[in-house]
Amino acid sequence: MHYQETVLIQGHIIDSLILAKVLDTILMMGGTFDFQEVHIGKTREEPSRARIIVRTSSAKLLSEILHAIQPHGASVESERDCRLTAAPADGIFPDEFYATTHLSTQVRLRDQWVEVEGIEMDLGIRVDPMGLTARTIPMGQVKRGDLIVTGREGVRVIPLQRPRDRDVFSFMESQVSAERPHGHIVGDITKRLVQLRAGFREGKIGSKVLLAGGPAIVHAGGREALTWLIDEEFIHVLFCGNALPAHDMEVDLYGTSLGYGHVAGRVVPHGHEHHLRTINRIRAIGSIEAAVRSGVIKTGIMAACVRRGAQVVMAGTIRDDGPLPGVITDSVEAQASMRAAIPGIGLALLVASTLHAVATGNLLPATIPSVCVDVNPAVPTKLADRGSFQAVGLVMDAASFLRELARELGWKP
Amino acid sequence: MEAMSRLLVCPPDFFGIEYEINPWMRRSNAVNSDHAVRQWHHLMRVLEKDVGVVLERMKPVPGLPDLVFTANAGVVMGRKAVPSRFRYAERQKEEAYFEDWFRTHGYDVFTLEEGLVFEGAGDLLGFPDGWFGGYRQRSDIRAFSILSEWFTREILPLELVDSRFYHLDTCLCPLSGGELLYYPAAFDRYGQAAIAERITPERRLAVPEDEAMKFACNAVCVGKQVVLPAGCPHTGQLLEARGYCLHPVPLDEFMKSGGSAKCLTLALD
Repeated sequence: MHYQETVLIQGHIIDSLILAKVLDTILMMGGTFDFQEVHIGKTREEPSRARIIVRTSSAKLLSEILHAIQPHGASVESERDCRLTAAPADGIFPDEFYATTHLSTQVRLRDQWVEVEGIEMDLGIRVDPMGLTARTIPMGQVKRGDLIVTGREGVRVIPLQRPRDRDVFSFMESQVSAERPHGHIVGDITKRLVQLRAGFREGKIGSKVLLAGGPAIVHAGGREALTWLIDEEFIHVLFCGNALPAHDMEVDLYGTSLGYGHVAGRVVPHGHEHHLRTINRIRAIGSIEAAVRSGVIKTGIMAACVRRGAQVVMAGTIRDDGPLPGVITDSVEAQASMRAAIPGIGLALLVASTLHAVATGNLLPATIPSVCVDVNPAVPTKLADRGSFQAVGLVMDAASFLRELARELGWKP
Repeated sequence: MEAMSRLLVCPPDFFGIEYEINPWMRRSNAVNSDHAVRQWHHLMRVLEKDVGVVLERMKPVPGLPDLVFTANAGVVMGRKAVPSRFRYAERQKEEAYFEDWFRTHGYDVFTLEEGLVFEGAGDLLGFPDGWFGGYRQRSDIRAFSILSEWFTREILPLELVDSRFYHLDTCLCPLSGGELLYYPAAFDRYGQAAIAERITPERRLAVPEDEAMKFACNAVCVGKQVVLPAGCPHTGQLLEARGYCLHPVPLDEFMKSGGSAKCLTLALD
């Protein structure tokens, strides 16, 4: 968590070096600062004024710094608690409800800044009845009488801190272009994946990697690479629809994806039926997991997920065949299941699916580095335009991306 | 803050050490009242006869031993007066008497909000165009931004880092010729740099520690006349070299309480 307080200092603070002393004190004690406002007196008599945001990594250090600079005239600005209004009915926020961004947010409750949990864009903030904790809540889940933050007073959004790692994620280049070299981006993702796997194996929180992907991964030939990435514990959570698992298992059962010979690339007679037969088979068995455990499905992405215990959330759409058992057809419920899988994610790869990329982007806090990979430049652009500015856009074929990534990590096809 | 011509003083009828609120005060180190009265009258004679100032005498009050230190009554410029708000409860009882004196003598009295401590001319000294404010020991730095607005003067706050020099007038004394008598170690490096930025090296007169401990900086300067505690030969030489006329006065009874010549006076005009 990130701690900050705004202090105001005024008077003849420049020539007396009082401002310099206050700033030196903040830095020497291990804090950082930003100027929110500086006014320098134009004459010797006219006083100067500075409004400074003091930032620290712990509440204790913040209090120590404020204590140390207070005798030099830096006083904490008095701020008000946030306004709370009871929800008028189930599923309805009060008017003027505060709509969240995907940036870390704090609300002031009983004179204390409290971190809002479960940060995600486009939600409301519910405060517990005791008024001590705050958590985001989707509109549909609000219950009549819930205390919802309204207005903007007593709410503050913490700007994204530049990450310490000097890689592609620290620059947040949302600029998307097919003409730019992508080698360094893949290289930086590789480094992150290696670090995160080490963290994951040590049980470190925030070390899980999420991949949200579409069936093009299978059609284009990225299935083996992704399977390897899951088997090698580089990917721990998979978000997809009905098609990705259907075609993945179709390859295993029939050697085709959407009827095309997976290796030869030719249309196979009656191949268009293969995915339906696959879905039907799995429905008969009862679950993908049972199909893998019983040996019916031996290879591929879903088999790797079952073997490795990777979490899979399958969200259905209106064009789905079947669907496969386990596909969530209620979109509100699907959203909730995806949301529940977000905590602990340290990197998100959004590959070859407009729908799942945007849906996942909506759920991710800005603090989670994300990459959006698509052959169509419009997809990463759309994601950035919808607010997920932290996502690095990569215009690239899904299979090429996954194969290159896996190869850099040691995959030998 | 013009050269002093009229000073507020208070006879030491009830002066003594009845509490300990600075490192100089020891209740066991009792004041010899006869000596104190004699020293005070000697100082007054020098101020009136040798320096030629007019003295305004306040009525001493039983139970207020430090009322004698009128430098802490408040600060005065022209017809405006700001009475002190003392840090310690022991001296807070003096506030009403000082404020009353200002009011009955026709000053426009500006009062600081309660709790914002400021100990008057003890912590606010300077030259006609810019003042220094001592903070951290007795005065709150936030008082100076208010005072600078009321008096339309620049006030550069200086942190007092040595508790023996608990008021600015114990370690800094502006002189009428633009020189500054001061004890540098009473300030941190920021304060020393701020002083150096304002006062050229040849006008900065640094007092040695042993004389600073005798309150050499607690001097009264009116024109070319300087009244200072006796026993500060080095400081005397510094002043004489710049053409000042010295009037050393023994004030050791008042030093037992942490005060000397300047603390015993308040410039009124």
